Amino acid sequence: MSAWNRKTRDRLVDKAFALAGLATTLIGLGVLAVLLADVLTDGAGRISWQFLTSFPSRKPAEAGFLSSIAGSLWVVATTVLVAVPVGVAAAVHLEEYSRKNWLHHLLEINIANLAGVPSIIYGLLGLGLFVRWLSLGRSILAGGLTLALLLLPMIIMATREALRAIPMSIREGAYALGATKWQVIRGQILPAAWGGIMTGVILSVSRAIGETAPLITIGALTYIAFLPQGPMDPFTAMPIQIFNWVSRPQKGFLVNAAAGIIVLLFITLLINGAAIWLRHRHQRKIRW
Amino acid sequence: MPRRFALRIRERVVEGALLASALFSVLTTLGIVAVLFFETWEFFREVPLLEFLTSTQWTPLFDDKHFGILPLFCGTFLTTTIAMAAALPVGLVSAIYLSEYAPAGVRSVVKPVLELLAAVPTVVYGYFALLFVTPLLRGIFPEIAGFNALSAGLVMGVMIVPTISSLSEDAMHAVPMGLREGALSVGATRFQTATRVVVPASLSGVAAAFILGISRAVGETMILAIAAGMQPRLTLNPLEPIQAVTAYIVQVSLGDTPTGTIEYKTIFAAGMSLFLLTLALNVASHLLKRKFREVYD
Repeated sequence: MSAWNRKTRDRLVDKAFALAGLATTLIGLGVLAVLLADVLTDGAGRISWQFLTSFPSRKPAEAGFLSSIAGSLWVVATTVLVAVPVGVAAAVHLEEYSRKNWLHHLLEINIANLAGVPSIIYGLLGLGLFVRWLSLGRSILAGGLTLALLLLPMIIMATREALRAIPMSIREGAYALGATKWQVIRGQILPAAWGGIMTGVILSVSRAIGETAPLITIGALTYIAFLPQGPMDPFTAMPIQIFNWVSRPQKGFLVNAAAGIIVLLFITLLINGAAIWLRHRHQRKIRW
Repeated sequence: MPRRFALRIRERVVEGALLASALFSVLTTLGIVAVLFFETWEFFREVPLLEFLTSTQWTPLFDDKHFGILPLFCGTFLTTTIAMAAALPVGLVSAIYLSEYAPAGVRSVVKPVLELLAAVPTVVYGYFALLFVTPLLRGIFPEIAGFNALSAGLVMGVMIVPTISSLSEDAMHAVPMGLREGALSVGATRFQTATRVVVPASLSGVAAAFILGISRAVGETMILAIAAGMQPRLTLNPLEPIQAVTAYIVQVSLGDTPTGTIEYKTIFAAGMSLFLLTLALNVASHLLKRKFREVYD
């Protein structure tokens, strides 16, 4: 083969790969589109005021999503109330206070490993620790605490990222005026990192809303025909109700599952969109 | 000066509270290990370790009880293999495309949208696998069971693509420009530069992404619980129903097993095996990633 021919061939391969690469990258988006279309055709007709405001029922046409929506809100609120303060505080400690000693390394390795523990293992932890040992029962509190432990590594990592992005000069300026360390952090660092921290928190909320396995493992119920009145009440959640409907043979329940998925996906994608938008706006706004 | 004294006290209190929060994560790990270890210990007082590791039957919910974890691990292995066979080529090619070919505008749009794939709740993927992918596969394999390892594995692969492509892309992005310029200056095409310079140079980072993907697949639960079946069996046939370790834990959790029974303890023994396996994978991935970073620092 002549040198000229080889050059042409190499260029062709290059062009072909550029197209193949684009096509492959779009596979994921294609699947997402097909998934959305499939769920919408299966369940959009079932979305109604009745569906959103009824309790579960043995009859598919009368069953609704209300107790699942309420349960998800309760659990996620509990999770956020616990995980955000602890996570942000841990991140502030690691970034601003911790010296690079053995304790620091232990904490770092530990958090990295926790982030990789499968969520169902957190469910077993919640079952053993909260439901049994601390006798919280299969309550909203037990579910919220379980998910809080699951989200903690995520929130810590996102907050550290946000803190690291703040230049030293901000801290030095505040110190030069005689501020104490905590005054610097509370008055300057945390407000400046707020956008990044919120992005991380919002993403972890979207994760919490979709988590199913740990809540099933701690024994969240699938049939709740009342609204929770407090953190010690039993609960169900949107993904659990969907799982329950998918697992039944009757066609009507599958339609209910699709309708539930539309509600769940709508909320998840909305929250993720908000996080992406927030990150984008935050990146553009700040010029140190 | 009482004011300064008060300030100093407050500083100490805050510092202590922050440290306590950071130590919370260590408590979580200790909690996981303690709960798993305690219940697993109880389990192995009733079931010999040898039977657990070698018996080929897993029937703790039947009258004739056998406690061989192998069928569950076989199910996990089968679906993980299918998922990775789907996710590795797709993730790697799109990582190369995003890192070496895509204009900055395309990358800044495609990457966050790909991340949406990872944000879709897994119960949704389970529905999709059971009610869309399996009927589709029936057109190709008419003998495929309603619950099967293949559709669950494939959909799990789609879920894992963003993990692999995003981390691999980070690794490729970190390869210094000078290496690429060297290759391009001796007349290599972008494709040659990518496959012979960038990918080899970022190999440990790509391997770390791959191993993390495996760990995700091993721990994935809802897709398997919905679409792969509830039948622990020792098979490598992807068209048959199987049961994965995680799906078994879900199955038992749905029933109302009283504390202290052997059924209750089996989920902790299964969870312990899962925990140790994913821990090993995560540590391996972490070490590879660190090795990769050291090269160019």
